[in-house]
Amino acid sequence: MEHIPILKVGNFLLVTIQVDMHDRLVMQLQDDICQRVIKDKAKGVLIDISSLEVVDSFIGRMLGTIATMTKTLGAETVVVGMRPAVAITIVELGLKLENVHTALNVDKGIALLQSLVNGGEVLYDSFEK
Amino acid sequence: MSSESFQMLFDIILKNEKSLLSDWLENLKNIGKEIKKAISTSEIEKRANEFLNVLVDACKQKNPDIHSKSWEGTRDYLITLTKEWAFSGVSSGQAARFVFSLKQTLFQIIAKEKLSESLSNEIIWNANNLMDELGLFVVESYQKSREDVIKRQQQELLELSTPVVKIWNGILILPLIGTLDSARTQVVLENLLQSIVDTESQIAIIDITGVPTVDTLVAQHLLKTVAAARLMGTQCIISGIRPQIAQTMVHLGVTFSDVVTKATLADALYFAFNTIGFVVQKKA
Repeated sequence: MEHIPILKVGNFLLVTIQVDMHDRLVMQLQDDICQRVIKDKAKGVLIDISSLEVVDSFIGRMLGTIATMTKTLGAETVVVGMRPAVAITIVELGLKLENVHTALNVDKGIALLQSLVNGGEVLYDSFEK
Repeated sequence: MSSESFQMLFDIILKNEKSLLSDWLENLKNIGKEIKKAISTSEIEKRANEFLNVLVDACKQKNPDIHSKSWEGTRDYLITLTKEWAFSGVSSGQAARFVFSLKQTLFQIIAKEKLSESLSNEIIWNANNLMDELGLFVVESYQKSREDVIKRQQQELLELSTPVVKIWNGILILPLIGTLDSARTQVVLENLLQSIVDTESQIAIIDITGVPTVDTLVAQHLLKTVAAARLMGTQCIISGIRPQIAQTMVHLGVTFSDVVTKATLADALYFAFNTIGFVVQKKA
């Protein structure tokens, strides 16, 4: 069975998608993330999709679903590095992805997660080096 | 319309090749006033000479159909001619008149042949048809070259009118000018997203001061752009909404909910600085 590796970094889980997604793989990923959030007591999930070139409606929807699920389990989800073509596709598909936070790269994604977990507003200051 | 009379027409043209040019130039001096407004006399003479040459070449093939292969040289010549004239501001009417002005000369030469009336009429009728076809071809190819010019200008306008400017480290500005249609929104969207990738900006200000009207469709286009930028991790601010536009939008039921909107570009920039954590201060 194929798995996408999930790394634990401090309080957060880091998921880097480096292969083309298909339906079963994304279902497996959803399952794995939910279990790891509980097991590792994670406060945030960072999904890096900078290598993802193709999305369809199912995978797009699953991003939203995963974010909603982790939120229910007490962890915020940040999706980082989305390519322009992928962003356009998701918008054209009419997907809202309301619970998904986004950032430009992993660096800014972690800063955003930290400020989300520490409660209160997003501190953009922490983005600047 | 027998092809025999066509052959006779071609023979007459070939036989009178020299006098045809001199007569035509003579006639052009009298009737070419309309044409001379746009084209110089030397240009007309040069073109008349060249046109007659390709016409005579085509006549040698003895094929009455100007869309056939025998007339390819003539057609190519007329296409380049009209393209040049279209660029230099000669109107389609003037270009067609240039070709039609050959008719009179042609008829005079046919009349000089002293053929029987019915045969002469038939040949004149053929010559008339031939020149009409050529004239129409000139107008068509003129229009085509004009359309090419328009298409190219549209493309250039599209590229010119959607600049994305990095105004500060982490802040992009997208000043939109003119009406937003689907094609333009697509270009705007792609440019903006690519610039976000290139500059890693956290904030994009979309300034719609130059957009004359905002209806439901334009609002939908804008919201799509904002949504796509958000997915990439960039917050969008919409600025430059004029009072009348704000009123129209509310009447139409169009709202930019979930998007920060500011009245002026300055307000948006101030908000962006604030969000990133910059302070603008007067020197003490």
